Amino acid sequence: MQLLYFAWVRERIGTGAETLAPPADVATVGDLLDWLATRSPGHAAALADRSAIRVAIDQDFVAIEAPIAGAGEIAIFPPVTGG
Amino acid sequence: MIATRVQAEAFDAAAEAAALVAGRTDLGALVTFTGLVRDTALRLEHYPGMTERQLGKVAADAAARWPGIIGQVVHRFGDLAPGDPIVLVVTAGRHRGEAFAAAEFLMDWLKTRAPFWKHEAGAGWVAARASDDDAARRWEP
Repeated sequence: MQLLYFAWVRERIGTGAETLAPPADVATVGDLLDWLATRSPGHAAALADRSAIRVAIDQDFVAIEAPIAGAGEIAIFPPVTGG
Repeated sequence: MIATRVQAEAFDAAAEAAALVAGRTDLGALVTFTGLVRDTALRLEHYPGMTERQLGKVAADAAARWPGIIGQVVHRFGDLAPGDPIVLVVTAGRHRGEAFAAAEFLMDWLKTRAPFWKHEAGAGWVAARASDDDAARRWEP
């Protein structure tokens, strides 16, 4: 699946996008964040404070419990600050 | 119909408002809100695709709540200087109450739902404000 990162999540991870195939036991958004955090110190730093993380699957906001099965594009970013 | 647009270029608020109501003789209220960059130059990052999708959903929500309202939303991204216009919300309807309410709703909801992130020159990423969440929450049923 395609992972997209924005703002300081992107900066800490060091890339704006990567294509990854998580193991089968990664079922929810929460599982995915836990698994991603083990991939590098940058990933761990970006995802350390889960209260500051928002997730969208295929461009719609989802909760931490949401399943990731069938997702094409999963974006991870801080709370939005537009307007 | 409430249209939305995302662009790097500046917009002309007066021209957008005039275009919205051109040819209409049944409207009694036209509300124009322009958000400006305050104090510090900033770069506005966004999530192309999701931005358009979420702005469209916010506009559809507003149109469902105030069926007689028409509108135009424009949000910029990229590098912006202090004083630059950053966001435009124009609404028009038969009466001012619904036009004001729809404009305020559009701003409150886009601030918490459209995927934009402000980065201030020298100061870093702007933190989200709890007051924006509170402002958005008052429209929930």
